[in-house]
Amino acid sequence: MQFFGGSEISPSPPTPTTAGNNAHMMYVFNRNGVCLLYREWNRPLHTLNPQQDHKLMFGLLFSLKSLTAKMDPTSAEKGNLGVPQLPGQGCSFHCFRTNTYKLSFMETPSGIKFILVTNPRTGDLRETLKYIYNLYVEYVAKNPLYTPGTPIRCELFNTALDQYVRSIA
Amino acid sequence: MAAIYSLYIINKSGGLIFYKDYGSKGRMDTNDSLRVASLWHSMHAISQQLSPTTGCSGIELLEADTFDLHCFQSLTGTKFFVVCEPGTQHMEALLKIIYELYTDYVLKNPFYEMEMPIRCELFDINLTQAIQKDRVALSGR
Repeated sequence: MQFFGGSEISPSPPTPTTAGNNAHMMYVFNRNGVCLLYREWNRPLHTLNPQQDHKLMFGLLFSLKSLTAKMDPTSAEKGNLGVPQLPGQGCSFHCFRTNTYKLSFMETPSGIKFILVTNPRTGDLRETLKYIYNLYVEYVAKNPLYTPGTPIRCELFNTALDQYVRSIA
Repeated sequence: MAAIYSLYIINKSGGLIFYKDYGSKGRMDTNDSLRVASLWHSMHAISQQLSPTTGCSGIELLEADTFDLHCFQSLTGTKFFVVCEPGTQHMEALLKIIYELYTDYVLKNPFYEMEMPIRCELFDINLTQAIQKDRVALSGR
């Protein structure tokens, strides 16, 4: 019966080192799967090299999206599994949780994907991601020196992002 | 209104061994359910690779726009997952009840071959009862 305790088997994640900092890392992808931004705040474990890690993350999100679109129990017309869908089309998802982390996901109408990986106990981060999207619009999309589709190198954006992420409870 | 839309059980290599639908819209044929099950198996494994810290045991809850997916993995690698309405509570408890039924009526059945599709009448009966009971408990709240 000890098996049903749950927390005994899976080691609980270490408590964040900095007080109030629950975020592990963040990814921004464009609709072609190019990683525009990768920020890391607290990540003790690296299993892959950065490029492979980004690819795997994009692949996971892409496949999870086709899975949720196919599984959607509320619509009768779902199409086939794996058929590419436009942003906003089909049933998507906004987060998933494992015993060690929580991944929140948002896709903008232009197909840009925002992914925030946090402590598993964090609450709903949909509003947080919307705010980060606002930061992106203000500091990146409105930056005349930024070419869309290239990695984001915007110091103001990074500073604003770091500051905001630190405040996430 | 169904609180639980469907239940899947997959073996340790990702093959679907049990699938039951409790009233989701649209058709999901056998091939679709098999594909969805093995896709979930891979997504579960990949999520462990992407963990920022050690000791990750895969996705437990996926919150989609129109449903929640709760997954429970037993120590032997068999995965149980239910698709339910967003925000449905106590699904972990239900999954553990289902796991108990599985050990009682499937694993202890001398005619059951490991990792093969589940065809046990007693399991079906008790499972239906457990889901019904859960549904009554949910609607009573």
